Amino acid sequence: MERAQPPPYPPPQAGEGRVGAVPFYRDPKLRGLLLQALLCAAIGLVAYGAIRNAADNLARANIASGFGFLDVTAGFDIGQTLIDYSSQASTYGRAFLVGVLNTLLVAGIGIAFATVIGFTVGIARLSKNFLVERLATAYVELIRNVPLLLQLLFWYNAVLKALPEIAASAVMPGGFILNNRGLFTPRPLFADGLQIVGVLAGTVVLAVVFNIVAGRVERSQRALIVRIAATALIVVGVPVAAFLAAGAPFAFEYPQIGRFNVRGGAELLPEFVALLLGLSIYTAAFIAEVVRAGLKSVSPGQTEAAQALGLRRMQTLRLIVIPQAMRVIIPPLTNQYLNLTKNSSLAVAIGYPDLFLVAGTVLNISGQAVEVVLITMAVYLTFSLIIALVMNIYNARYALVER
Amino acid sequence: MDAQTLTVSSQPTARAYVRATPAPSVPPPLATVGLLGWIRANLFPSVGSGVVTVLLSLSLIWITLPLIDFLIVDAVWTGSDRDACLATAERPVVGACWAYIGDRFAYVIYGSYPIAGRWRVDIFFAMLAFGTAWLLWLEAPRRDIGAIYFFAVLPVASFVLLHGLELIGLPVVDTALWGGITVTIVVAAVGIVVSLPIGVVLALGRRSKLPAVRLLSTLFIEFVRGVPLITVLFMASVMLPLFVPDSWSPDKLMRALVGVALFSSAYMAEVVRAGLQAMPKGQYEAAHALGLSYWQTLRLIILPQALKVTIPNIVNSYIALFKDTTLVFIVGIFDFLKTIEVARADPKWSTPVTSATGYIFAAFVYFACCYAMSRYATGIEKRLSAGEKR
Repeated sequence: MERAQPPPYPPPQAGEGRVGAVPFYRDPKLRGLLLQALLCAAIGLVAYGAIRNAADNLARANIASGFGFLDVTAGFDIGQTLIDYSSQASTYGRAFLVGVLNTLLVAGIGIAFATVIGFTVGIARLSKNFLVERLATAYVELIRNVPLLLQLLFWYNAVLKALPEIAASAVMPGGFILNNRGLFTPRPLFADGLQIVGVLAGTVVLAVVFNIVAGRVERSQRALIVRIAATALIVVGVPVAAFLAAGAPFAFEYPQIGRFNVRGGAELLPEFVALLLGLSIYTAAFIAEVVRAGLKSVSPGQTEAAQALGLRRMQTLRLIVIPQAMRVIIPPLTNQYLNLTKNSSLAVAIGYPDLFLVAGTVLNISGQAVEVVLITMAVYLTFSLIIALVMNIYNARYALVER
Repeated sequence: MDAQTLTVSSQPTARAYVRATPAPSVPPPLATVGLLGWIRANLFPSVGSGVVTVLLSLSLIWITLPLIDFLIVDAVWTGSDRDACLATAERPVVGACWAYIGDRFAYVIYGSYPIAGRWRVDIFFAMLAFGTAWLLWLEAPRRDIGAIYFFAVLPVASFVLLHGLELIGLPVVDTALWGGITVTIVVAAVGIVVSLPIGVVLALGRRSKLPAVRLLSTLFIEFVRGVPLITVLFMASVMLPLFVPDSWSPDKLMRALVGVALFSSAYMAEVVRAGLQAMPKGQYEAAHALGLSYWQTLRLIILPQALKVTIPNIVNSYIALFKDTTLVFIVGIFDFLKTIEVARADPKWSTPVTSATGYIFAAFVYFACCYAMSRYATGIEKRLSAGEKR
């Protein structure tokens, strides 16, 4: 069948372009604008309705909105405080600060533990030793497939609460006392908790910065030894210097077992210990997978080439494999650090006074639901943004530059 | 040149010393084959490795034996209250108190759901299992109908069945009475059913060319992913009632479901986005060249391929979601973990071993579900990568 020739386009007339022939609703630009306008309008409408409802509901419940409540005296106690805090004299704002510091404390120590366990297990999963490899795999599978909340409850209720009571406390050498109220340690009299944490954090930061700077220098065997020695000097030296600067009052307050309680000394709450254990062990399983994937991403040809050059096994790892693996490992690793920090909010289930538990208490007492939830989310978002920022800087510096 | 001819021609007298047939091959040394060889190669390849093997074996025995004692040998299997699981003079060591799990089993599965209506929960489980099997079994017939059944029919039918509808004679059961594994599965199922479509939409929005759409999608995804699930749940349970008119204030379970759905959608969006990014640009260009519209391109070319390569990651995020359902317990929902907590604190069964027993049982259930899912994901991954294997 012969197909009819399409009629030729009519010649454009004055004032009428080709586009004008297309109906306006087929113009992709216009459609895009229209769609976006509709979307914005819809969201604006929902937001407006929500805010009006909230205002109505709050007015009915006689709750004043605004952040003025942060200056009101809190009136509740917090089990663990790194800074001065008392229920009578301190405000809600201070209570939030205590919560944030507690979150940072458990997250910081948890990250350190999880990294060590995670790298060990991750490397063990690539071991040639059958038993080591299987045990590492079993660890990862078991821990990853059981909810963190359940693990926290297990550590807290089934392990730490099952420890002996005060009268039957386990007294360990060095003046440590362990019972179901927590772990009691001798307390150095020269500093309070925050100062110690501050000095330790400063030490770690200094050591890391030094290593990054020193890492740019050419890597000879001697430079490496000097670097390790210098790191050790920082790690030992800074706390000692801080100790001497404080006047070196070398005295410890030892915990004493009383009839109903343990007096004196520093106390590690069982909630803190349970949370730390749970978070570290759980996150370590994920870090192990990250590490394993990273090490496996370095092609075997690299190792073979290194061996062909005559590098020893440790040298191959240190100079060839690990630098390349780190490029793959670091981004998901920071993600896991962030997960650990966010997961620390599960502390509320076992009663460790982190940011979320404090926020919940403030909410219950003051009734400022919207403000409290906003503050809490803002703090966690800040953590996320800071980590994302660091991540991007790192990526920009170390990402593989391809042709 | 043949070696033998050479020998023969140059030195005929040496012929007696030349072997005419190849020597019989000697079996490999005993230490490199069989069980012994395997042990040597995998457990004692070097001194250091051998020491580690011995130390690990010893600690493994040291951990496993008491565990078996606790779980099986010393365990209590029958009994009607705590007396069965208390240590007595003739039985000083008591292991796991399985009698308590047996006693509270119905509670752990149904919560406080009325006993007369439990058949409805059973039918719900059966329908869900049917739909899941249909979707997961890749050779099943008419999986497109299966998808419609799972994502459209099942949610409505389940709601009618579980919640009740006076119109057809099913008495309404208040969600406050729901509990146990039922609620855990409901929360997980809602998250699974809702998060995929919303996640796809958000992922497309984030890759859209329209700036407002892209900005809003990105903001939502990054905001939700930047905060812990528990704050999202908290926001849903505390702030949601403030934001809607007083008359239709959603009930507790509904609020938690909204929170879980929002949260899992944001994570699903990132998973789907990764799949979309993996699509070569040529696929889009070819579709455009064929004259397909944006939606046709997505529906016929991009999404089928992108979602297929994403299946393992989707299943992985479902595993995470299933574990995260435990968090609804903190906003006061009676999920599986909460019923274990309640049963654990019940004075009728309060013994020193009750907590550990309850947690071990719960861990076993969660582990079984998550491990099965992760095996499935691994299997799919192997199948999908079969074409790339050399």
